Parts: sequence; structure tokens; C-alpha cells
Amino acid sequence: MGAITLKNVRKTFGETEVIPGVDLTIEDGEFVVFVGPSGCGKSTLLRLIAGLEDVTSGQILIDGRDVTGEAPARRGLAMVFQSYALYPHMSVRRNIAFPLKMAGMPQAEQEKRVARAAEILNLGPYLDRRPGQLSGGQRQRVAIGRAIVREPSAFLFDEPLSNLDAALRVNMRVEISELHNNLKTTMVYVTHDQVEAMTMADKIVVLRAGRIEQVGSPLDLYHKPVNQFVAGFIGSPNMNFLGGATAARRGAHVIGIRPEDWVISRTEGRVKGKVTVAEHLGSDTYLHITLEDGNHIVARSPGEFPVTVGEELFLTGAEGRIYKFDEQGLAV
Amino acid sequence: MARKVTNTRKWIFTCLAWGVALLIFFPILWTILTSFKTEGDAVATPPKFLFFDWTLANYREVQARSDYFSHFMNSVIIALGSTALGLLVAIPAAWAMAFQPGKQTKNVLMWMLSTKMMPAVGVLIPIYILFQRMGLLDSRTGVLIVLMLMNLPIIIWMLYTYFREIPGEILEASRMDGASLWNEIRYVLTPMAVPGIASTMLLNIILAWNEAFWTLNLTTSRAAPLTTFIASYSSPEGLFYAKLSAASTMAIAPILIMGWFSQKQLVRGLTFGAVK
Amino acid sequence: MATLHQRSLARLMVAPSVVLLFLWMIVPLGMTLWFSFQRYNLLMPGMEEFTGLGNYRYFLSDPGFWISLQNTLIMVGGILAITVIGGIAIAILIDQPIFGQGYVRILVIAPFFVMPTVSALVWKNMFMNPVNGLLGQVSRAFGAQPVDWLSQYPLFSIIVIVSWQWLPFATLIFLTSLQSLDSEQVEAAEMDGAGIWARFTNLTLPHMGRAITVVILIETIFLLSVFAEILVTTNGGPGYQTTTLTYLVYTQALLQFDVGGASAGGIIAVILANIVAFFLMRMIGKTLD
Ligand SMILES: Nc1ncnc2c1ncn2[C@@H]1O[C@H](COP(=O)(O)OP(=O)(O)OP(=O)(O)O)[C@@H](O)[C@H]1O
Ligand SMILES: [Mg+2]
Repeated sequence: MGAITLKNVRKTFGETEVIPGVDLTIEDGEFVVFVGPSGCGKSTLLRLIAGLEDVTSGQILIDGRDVTGEAPARRGLAMVFQSYALYPHMSVRRNIAFPLKMAGMPQAEQEKRVARAAEILNLGPYLDRRPGQLSGGQRQRVAIGRAIVREPSAFLFDEPLSNLDAALRVNMRVEISELHNNLKTTMVYVTHDQVEAMTMADKIVVLRAGRIEQVGSPLDLYHKPVNQFVAGFIGSPNMNFLGGATAARRGAHVIGIRPEDWVISRTEGRVKGKVTVAEHLGSDTYLHITLEDGNHIVARSPGEFPVTVGEELFLTGAEGRIYKFDEQGLAV
Repeated sequence: MARKVTNTRKWIFTCLAWGVALLIFFPILWTILTSFKTEGDAVATPPKFLFFDWTLANYREVQARSDYFSHFMNSVIIALGSTALGLLVAIPAAWAMAFQPGKQTKNVLMWMLSTKMMPAVGVLIPIYILFQRMGLLDSRTGVLIVLMLMNLPIIIWMLYTYFREIPGEILEASRMDGASLWNEIRYVLTPMAVPGIASTMLLNIILAWNEAFWTLNLTTSRAAPLTTFIASYSSPEGLFYAKLSAASTMAIAPILIMGWFSQKQLVRGLTFGAVK
Repeated sequence: MATLHQRSLARLMVAPSVVLLFLWMIVPLGMTLWFSFQRYNLLMPGMEEFTGLGNYRYFLSDPGFWISLQNTLIMVGGILAITVIGGIAIAILIDQPIFGQGYVRILVIAPFFVMPTVSALVWKNMFMNPVNGLLGQVSRAFGAQPVDWLSQYPLFSIIVIVSWQWLPFATLIFLTSLQSLDSEQVEAAEMDGAGIWARFTNLTLPHMGRAITVVILIETIFLLSVFAEILVTTNGGPGYQTTTLTYLVYTQALLQFDVGGASAGGIIAVILANIVAFFLMRMIGKTLD
């Protein structure tokens, strides 16, 4: 079991208010991702749940039990840190067994659990090494191993993949998703990589300046962003925003069109623009285009799109895929 | 850096460096050699380097003077005692400042450092008078306390720079893993802190052993450590070179060996972490 | 990790150190300041009275004070010059690829671990003694008249002895600093065609700038308090020739029992040291950020 409820949780550091008041429900077994720009309070929120920081006011419930004042260890959660935070003087085996030892588990049971974690995470050959003798990906796995042996009611991850190189990041991403499928334990995952957010999450929580902007499934957020901030944050490359007369014509303050929602043509379209850069990825082509009115936009075309820099193209926003926002940035 | 260095060049620099090193080391080497000579050989003209009658008589004689041993013991007690006492006070302080820094932590640290900048003569007179009134002159306790206080800022600073290298996330991880404060100290903090504490201890023993302002001013005979005792060789015993050398060798040997083990930490400790 | 409970515990852990250091420095310093305004001689108990700046006037008008101030400056300046320049040269030499680098390092650092009284006595008797000292013997071997170093060139002799003790310290710090010089930077400069001298002035020296400043400041703090070497070798003499400020205060206080005058001297020494300390603290303060 691992349902987590935050009730009007506030956090201030001295004078500065970092979390002005958050209400959030995380269902048992859910994979919840916190995203948001740097410094928006993602880590702080996670650490409040973990008990590593005291809440200034509000309540935290785990499975209905009020844990607001409880020590981290009593909450039954496990955390994987960005720096892995492995104990450098202990072997991998002792690292993984440490929480079990602290819980006073019998030796035999400890060994059984460590062996199982090692099997799940392919750590068998490294059990007697020190963390210093492992690669980044292996360290990450040890950190996860240390978390899973406890069989916690929920896992907390704070940007666990940000120290890994791109290829390894993709692998570990898949591994963590598989782990979630197998264990079916609640996971709360902080990242500012929106690909991670989109691919892993059951539910994404978008934060800005300590406030929740929107909560929903990845596709909900993609298709129905409640405001311009969420619309710009979810999706890659970012949504194009156009203001002025173009927007006014549609009765909006700003309109947004995703790069993949442009219809590109050499002969006709609503707006005309000049290609400044073309990025050929093979699977897609990203076209950076300067429109006649001076706006810069990015358009995505599937597959190969033969084009030369300086060429003029016509673009039309696909009907029904145009997002409209009012003066406050709210979706209309 | 896989640079090829011509062998000739390497040999030239090797000879130069060894030449300079031996020149700098020579007074110590000469003292050690002289300690094995007879008094006659020690002042022979021309000086005898290696070809003399090697003898341990000087050591035996210096040892036989029971006072040498008692002064040696004074040095040991003062150096170890002041270090142990200093660590006892400094470890919690450095610990708290490294892991629970508050708004004032930086100022407190700088203030502690500033006390070290105060020249000893600035406080010599009141300390002397106070010690006189309290009967602490020429007592081991008195010197021990003064040396502890004198080196306390260095101890705190060294420990602080070491502790600060222990990542806070590791302590948080252990808290998440269910370690109680006691278990956290026992299984996580202590093993990670021991190397830093050990080098701090080593450097502090060296500093206390060699301290020669307070020991000379506050001790005369009963509590005199080797610094004071050796100073009394000034004359006329100083003219017995072989015995002077034997006494000196015994006084510096333990520290020399310790010093060689702690040269890296020395830099860090004496520069308050400004050079690592 | 900062919960309220932990913060108050932290204060409790720092408190003993703060209290002890306060008692150790501020209280005696205050007493020294107080004494410096008193006529107070241990030989004349019961005669204490307030004299205002009398002690300072007395101390500053004493010719011994100005000589000792001059001696202090010459001594500190001389030792600094020798140890910094020598230290850089030796550090660069040791940093070259040589055989037995570790042993060379060990030999060079050794004098730093010799207690001041021992090094003073060894130099005084076994090297600088004109009759049996090694230096005298060497000059006789060359047919020259042996020099009585400590009476003919007393201040210079002290500078030599103390420099010998501090050269290793400077060398070790410079070496540490040199070894942290990024070798790729050096290689890049080499690729850019910089010669040895250009590399030294444009890369090595600026890189060592911090280390040099730290060495100068820290040595100054310690050198202002040089005491044992003088006590053992010359006793401040002949005349006032090797009396430094520290030594002068010592004689005033513990040989002439003039607490008031000595305290005034102590305060002057504190002010001088503080000027140095001010710069040192700023340097080190930067490492805290
Ligand atoms: N101990 C602290 N004391 C004071 N301010 C803090 C403290 N910890 C965090 N903050 C502030 O709280 C805000 C949120 O920090 P937090 O670490 O939660 O951001 P984040 O969303 O995790 O950012 P990132 O993506 O860069 O990790 C920041 O403005 C930060 O400066
Ligand atoms: Mg963060």
C-alpha cells in the first residue's frame, strides 16, 4: 500500500516561501512524475514527503495515516538520490543490506533479499565491490537496490538519471518503468526532462514556483493543457506561440501550435516563412522558420523533408489542433 | 600526460633535486650521525662522516639521566593530552558547523580563525599572572590546556574542511534507511570521518610537540617538555656535541616519522583549507 | 535535513568551543589592554595606578622598541624572501620528472618537523660555533678565518636558522599548488608556442598566486612570534641586535617584571599582527563560499 495525500502543505525557508500551499493525492501503485523548471520546488516537495524537511504547515498522510511529524525512517518510504548517496566504505552487498540491518532483520533473510535485488538489477558480479569501483549506471542500480530491498510502500526518486549519459539514461528509464510494472509500488519521480515525464508517468504534476499548475495523464496534459505554461512545458520541441493579429483573428490573446501540427507546403498556406535551419534526424526533420511578420517558429515534418536553407515555405496550422489562450494565459 | 622525457634531462634534474634535498636535510643527518660518535670524534678536524667508532654510549648516557625520560614523558603527555582534549571539544563543533550550518556559521569560523592570528605576546602577561595565582606555572595541566586552546582553531578548521566533504545526501540516505542517530554515527559517519580525524590528530600532535613559546615561558623544570629541556643544553652542555645530538635525535625522531606520514594533511591544515 | 530540533542541538555542540576560545583570547586580551594603561610592576606590588597612555609613551620612546621593530621587519622580510623564492624554485625542481621524487619530498620537508629549540641549538653549536662548528671547520679547510656567525652577523644567522625551518613549509605548499596545475593547460600553451619562461610567467605564477599569498600571510603570522630561536642562540643580543618585538615584550615582562610596559608592547604587536591577519582572513573567507 502506498497512497500519499498532501493537504495544504506549505514550506518556507526563513523568509522565502518555496511551497505556498499544495494539495495532491497520489493513488496506491501510481507512477507520479513532478516536472517543472529549475528551482520550482520539485525536490523540496519530494523531501517534504520523505520527511527530510519539516513542513511549515499542512498535513501529509500515507495510507490515511498522518505522518507529518514522523521521522523519515518511520514513513516506510525509500528514496533514490541524484548523487546516489551510496556509502563509500561499504561493499555493494552491505550497501543494499544496510536498511535491512537497521530494521534488525535476521541475517539469512537479509541475504535472501539482497540476492533477489541483485538478480532483478543484474548486480550479481559486483556485490563485493565498493561503490567507487562501479560505473555510474551500476551505482544507480545499487541505489535502486538499496531502495527495493526494504519493500517500501512508495519509492521517491530525485532526478535519478541526470548524472548518466544519454544512452544509459534511456536504458535506465526503461528499467525503472519495468520495475514499476513488476513491483506495482507507488513511485514519485522528480525530473525536469519531459521525455522522462511523458514516457514513464501515469500522472504528471506540473509545478511552477511551488504551485501545481496542472495534474493529469501525459496525454491529458499534451492535448488539454490548462494554460500557456503547461502547454509550453509539455511536448518537444516546445509549442510555438503566436500573438498579435494572427491570434486576434481567432479571438485569442495568444495561439499555440505544436511543431508537429503544422501542415507544410511549397505552394500554398496561411503564412509564409523562410527556412533558417533544417535539422535532419532521419526519422523527422525539424525546420526553424522565420515568418514574414518576424516570428520564429519550429515545424516538424515526419521523415526526410528535402529543403535548403533560405527556401520559402507555406505553413498552415492544422484545424482543431490550435490552442487558444487569453490575457491571463489560461486556455479558452 | 604521456610526455616523453629524454633520459639525460631526467638525470640532470634528478641530480639537482637530490643535491638540494640533501643540502636541506644535511643538518638533521649530521645531528643523527653525530649522535653515534664519541665526543672526541664529534669535534674532530677534519670532520668524520661515516668512518668513526659507532657507539650508542650517548643514548645510554642521555637515557641514564633520569630527567631526560621524564621530560620526554612530559612532551608525550602534553602533546597527546592537548590533542585528545582538543578533539573532544572540536569534533562536535566542526560536525555541527559542517552539517547544520546556520546563518552565523561562517562568522563563527572566521572568528575562531582570528583568535589564531593573535600573537602570543598579546596574551602572555595575563596568562602568566593568572597561572601564577592559580599555581599552574610549571604544571603539565597548565601547558596542556594552553596548547589545546592554542591549536583549537586549527583542529576545528581541519575537521570542518574534512567533514564538509562528506555529502549531506549520504546522511539523509541513512536516515531514510532507518538508521537511528546512534547507528548513523556508528555505521556511516564515523567510518567516513575517521581518516580526517586521524590526520587532524597527527598534525596537532606535531604542532603541540614542537610548540616552543608557551612551553618555554610557562614551564621551567618539573613540567618541562623536551622543548624547554633541550633549551637548557644551551650551555655549557651544548658543547658536548654527541650528547646534544643524541638528545636532539630522540626529541625529533617520533615527530619526523609522524610528519612524513602527514605531509599532505599538513598543507591543508596549516592553510585552513585555502590550499589543498 | 534542517529540522528545528537539529538546529538547537547544533548550537549546543558549537558552544563549548566558542566559550573556550572566548575565554582564551578575548579575556586575556582585555586584561592586557587594561594593564597597558596601568603602572604595574611585579617588583612593586601595591603601587598600581592608572597612567593613561604613559606606558605607550614610555615604550614608543624606548630606543629598544624602534630597533626591535626594525629587527622584526628585517627578519620577517628576509625570511619571507628566502622561503618564497627558494620555495618556488625548489618546488618547480621537484615537480620535474625525476627519480625518487617521493624520497626527495621527504628529505625536503623534514626540517619543518624539528622543534625550534633543537634546530636553534644544532645550528648554534654544531654549525655556527667558530671553533668546533662545521662551517668554521670548512672555512679553515679553505684557509680562511672562521666566522663567529652569531656575534658578527647575529640577525642574519637567525634569519638563516628560521628560514631553514620554514623553507620546507613554503616548498610543500607550492608543490601542492603546482601539482594541481592542469596539465592540459600547460600542453595547450606549449601548442601555442609558449616557451619555458613564458609558461612560467603566464601560467605557473598566476596559478600559484593564491598559494604564494597564503604562504606569505601564514608565515608572517608565525614569524612575528619567533621566540625560541632567539632565546636559545643570542638572547636578543649582542645589545639589541636580535631583539624582536616579541622578544622585547618577553624581556620587559618576565625579566624586568614591568607588566604595564610589556602590555603596551603586546598591544602594539597585536595591532601589527592584525594588519596582516586582516588580509589573510579575507583570503581564507573566500574558500568558505
Ligand atoms: N535549504 C534551503 N534553504 C533556503 N532555500 C532553499 C533551500 N532548499 C531549497 N531552497 C530554495 O527553494 C527553491 C526550490 O528548490 P528545489 O531544490 O526544490 O528546486 P527544484 O525544483 O528541485 O530545482 P532543480 O530542478 O534545479 O533541482 C529554490 O529557489 C531554492 O533556492
Ligand atoms: Mg532538485
